[in-house]
Amino acid sequence: MSNRPVQRYEVWLWPLLVAIVLLLLWHLYSWSTEYNLTTTAADGSVETRRIRIFPTPFDTFPALVELASDGRLVRYAMASLFRVLTGFALAALIGIPLGLWAGWQKRVYLAINPLVQGLRPISPLAWIPIAVLSFGIQDEAAIFIIFLGAFFPIVTGTMTAVQSIPLVYVRSAQNFGVTGFELFRRVVFPAALPQIITSLRMALGIGWLVVVAAEMNAVNSGLGFLVIDARNMGNRYDLVVAAMIIIGLIGIGLDWAVRRLELLDEVRWGFRK
Amino acid sequence: MKIHVRGVGKTYHSGGQALQALVPVDLDVRAGEFVCLLGPSGCGKSTLLNILGGFETADSGVVEIDGEPVRGPDPRRVFVFQEYGIFPWASVYDNVALGLRHKPQAEQARIVARYIELVGLKGFERSYPSELSGGMRQRVAVARALAVAPDIVYMDEPLGALDSLTRLQLRAEIHRLWKQEGMTILFVTHDVEEALQLADRIVVMEPRPGRIKEIVPVTLPQPRTSATPGWAELEERLYRLLGVRA
Repeated sequence: MSNRPVQRYEVWLWPLLVAIVLLLLWHLYSWSTEYNLTTTAADGSVETRRIRIFPTPFDTFPALVELASDGRLVRYAMASLFRVLTGFALAALIGIPLGLWAGWQKRVYLAINPLVQGLRPISPLAWIPIAVLSFGIQDEAAIFIIFLGAFFPIVTGTMTAVQSIPLVYVRSAQNFGVTGFELFRRVVFPAALPQIITSLRMALGIGWLVVVAAEMNAVNSGLGFLVIDARNMGNRYDLVVAAMIIIGLIGIGLDWAVRRLELLDEVRWGFRK
Repeated sequence: MKIHVRGVGKTYHSGGQALQALVPVDLDVRAGEFVCLLGPSGCGKSTLLNILGGFETADSGVVEIDGEPVRGPDPRRVFVFQEYGIFPWASVYDNVALGLRHKPQAEQARIVARYIELVGLKGFERSYPSELSGGMRQRVAVARALAVAPDIVYMDEPLGALDSLTRLQLRAEIHRLWKQEGMTILFVTHDVEEALQLADRIVVMEPRPGRIKEIVPVTLPQPRTSATPGWAELEERLYRLLGVRA
């Protein structure tokens, strides 16, 4: 490791250089997909056009503008966000209490942990056929899949969080006569909260990954549907790439939003290096 | 007698192995006394403290406080732990108020303010433990304990995690608070100097299996330093009991 101190401008310089190199490579790759398309019109005139299958970075701007102006950007982004947030909220609403309960009560843990660990490694995408069979090509199918993707990390994270609460906190509370539900409210929940927030962050990330795949298969709207639809309807790879960019930006935004929770006074202690 | 211990023993079982943590011991502590449990790790001093505090149950014997058998943790008898038992998710104020939560707000505020001032943390009421040094966190723990006006304070190596200068400073303050508030203190330590400086009596314990070796009264006048007449002899005796010096 070099000890030369990092200058302030370097924080921008290095990532910018990497970005420029990658954009250049992208551009070169786009050019390599160019070919001449020769068409013969009815009057016999021959016309040759240069066609590019894969868009250059510059081609994606008009595509983004197109999506924004015909309303699909907002409509599809909202559809995807609605599904992710609904599935995620359901997963948190069920997963956190269940995780708290199982983390605190050994018997509940013994009862549900094998099931949770058994189902967890099954990709939520494997549930797509069952989801479509049960709910049809509907929002509910996608929400169900996102729920599954978010639920297991939340339950597991919450259980582990409760199980790893230092004994000294529980004893302190009991010493001052804090018992029963009050012990839960005053100690167990706040002690586990930083780890719960970390699991929520993970779960929301997974939910956002999963929604794209779910929308490619289980519904007819949303950013995932946009990706697959743009390909199927006339190989509009410029729209495909534009949709990917939107997916990435919203993903960053969601993660940023959850990370704001880490700054609350009640949980900051859990996020110190 | 404030604390009355007769034939209290404890054996832990793990994986078919039995570990005798405490050979049945007898101990009596007077009200208002400052007693140190001194010994190396594994001598059963924390086990004994946890039994007295009601966090663990003895396999044999009786523990009575004010003539009543100990049945569990009790807010009249408060612990100060080595590893900062205060809550990192709560402010200094809320930590100190933990044992006062059933009192009216105004009374809470008055008591909390008094004890925060007493441990020298005035101005840090809204701070969180992660913003404080180790010594300040332990001051919060002491304030939280004293705020409920306990009969007995159990201190389980409360200064063990602190740097040596902070340790000396807090040691003196604990002594001052004990003088001022008049409660009974049982103080676990493996630091001979610490025990000598604080205790009315030192319970010397030894390990494998944990047991009481001897109870040494300390009658040196306060405040004590290593220059106090009689200190060196007592120190020598304690080290000999602990097997550090032949």
